[in-house]
Amino acid sequence: MIERNRFLDVLSHVVLMVGVLVVAFPVYVTFVASTHTMQEVVQAPMPLWPGSHAWENYTTALFGDGSGTAPAVGRMMMVSLITALVIALAKISMSLLSAFAIVYFKFPFRMAIFWAIFMTLMLPVEVRIGPTYQVVADLGLLNSYAGLTVPLVASATATFLFRQFFLTIPDELVEAARMDGAGPMRFFKDVLLPLSTSSMAALFVIQFIYGWNQYLWPLLVTTEERMYPVVIGIKRMISGGDAQTEWNIVMATAMLAMIPPALVVILMQKWFVKGLVDTEK
Amino acid sequence: MLIAPQVTVIGLFFFWPALQALLQSLQQSDAFGTSVEWVGFTNFQRLWEDESYLESFQTTAVFSSLVAFLGIGISLCLAYFADRVVRGTLIYRTLLIWPYAVAPAVAGVVWLFLFSPSIGVVSYALNQWGFEWNALLNSRHAMALIVMAAVWKQISYNFLFFLAGLQSIPKSLIEAAAMDGAGPWRRFWTIQFPLLSPTSFFLLVINVVYAFFDTFGIVDAATKGGPGKDTAILVYKVYFDGFKAMDLGGSAAQSVVLMVIVVALTVVQFRFVEKKVNY
Repeated sequence: MIERNRFLDVLSHVVLMVGVLVVAFPVYVTFVASTHTMQEVVQAPMPLWPGSHAWENYTTALFGDGSGTAPAVGRMMMVSLITALVIALAKISMSLLSAFAIVYFKFPFRMAIFWAIFMTLMLPVEVRIGPTYQVVADLGLLNSYAGLTVPLVASATATFLFRQFFLTIPDELVEAARMDGAGPMRFFKDVLLPLSTSSMAALFVIQFIYGWNQYLWPLLVTTEERMYPVVIGIKRMISGGDAQTEWNIVMATAMLAMIPPALVVILMQKWFVKGLVDTEK
Repeated sequence: MLIAPQVTVIGLFFFWPALQALLQSLQQSDAFGTSVEWVGFTNFQRLWEDESYLESFQTTAVFSSLVAFLGIGISLCLAYFADRVVRGTLIYRTLLIWPYAVAPAVAGVVWLFLFSPSIGVVSYALNQWGFEWNALLNSRHAMALIVMAAVWKQISYNFLFFLAGLQSIPKSLIEAAAMDGAGPWRRFWTIQFPLLSPTSFFLLVINVVYAFFDTFGIVDAATKGGPGKDTAILVYKVYFDGFKAMDLGGSAAQSVVLMVIVVALTVVQFRFVEKKVNY
């Protein structure tokens, strides 16, 4: 601290507290709404203190209400989890392999492939939804995990990240490995993989969140309820209008949908920050 | 061999569709895809004459500039104070970064609930103060709603980058300025803000990209592009025209326009990265 300034110190904390409160307020209301009965929530103003119906609401949200009218979120959470994990892991392993190939092997069209991967940065899902949908439909992948994940697993940023990282590994290591009689795959497995664990962890956090939060793509490729990820499920629940929507259940679902990625971010904060800074550079 | 999976995926799901989009944008087909004819640039011409498309451009421009400036301004302010406090920076950081993890569509639903005219908590408070809030009817309110939701989600991201930027400014610079008698306000504008300009510019590009593409979920969940078409941003319109209105040629032409925008933004971003090396 450069100088003592009581006023500014207090102001700093006040501003930050206000920031935190404003950021947290929507989620607090969501939580409160998820603990009341539907009648309590739809009256205006709804209570701002947690109610006593949390258990019923969350079990209804997770397992359905028995009559089969409300979709069970448990199933959707599974779909989301599988999708997010597959996307994250597949992205990491595919870009590890391609970066390895690009850096350590000489083969025809190496640079062409590198630039092709680079160009995918410029083609986010949103600008090519129509034709991509057609490809997936033609391959018969609608309503399947493959359809949900495969089109999203190519990653230019991850490939770059690993390429940059591999370029910093000294040649002596490669030579030493070769002297000891290690083939290329052995070198990859025993030298490169252990060295890149921290990059892998950082990427995993980012990609897991990316996969969990996908919205537009699942909206197109899933038409059956059993394949909805939870993010789509929530959206479907509010399509009825204020009167029919069971806001308490919707808000319980919203909480459930937020918790896994938020946990990943908070628990792996160090990797998350590293991942953000690395992938965008 | 090692590179085969990556190449297959990008070929099949990136380049082939992009090519298809280019081709389709030059074609006209009916809703069932039974007849296709080449129409040259008619689709683009129609877009250019289509008032709703031009309006959508305007909406997107308003929306993304609001999101970018509000998001950057608020997070810069928070980051400045977080950098100032002696203890607790890490705690504040933890408390501020988690909205990044919330899915856009979920954020849209949550904000819709807060501001819903009949049951929302905030809209009730606003009405008590004599402010007629109705995002379902008033397009300004609808726009404010999606801007707030989008900014809320993006603050954490900007905050992290600003905080990292501020912490990398050498303390000696600031101490020197303090010795020369510059107060905190003056120091911020003459030292910290100029040194942050690479970060700010980078965030500007990222935020515009975010507002263009990643906010689809927010718009679809909170307003569905309504009331009327007043919050239909470009990406929403591509989706709506292609999948709801079945105008494939028009939708593909819009995709092509979007691609051009992304390419332009990416180029701007990379030129800037080169510049930063010299900085």
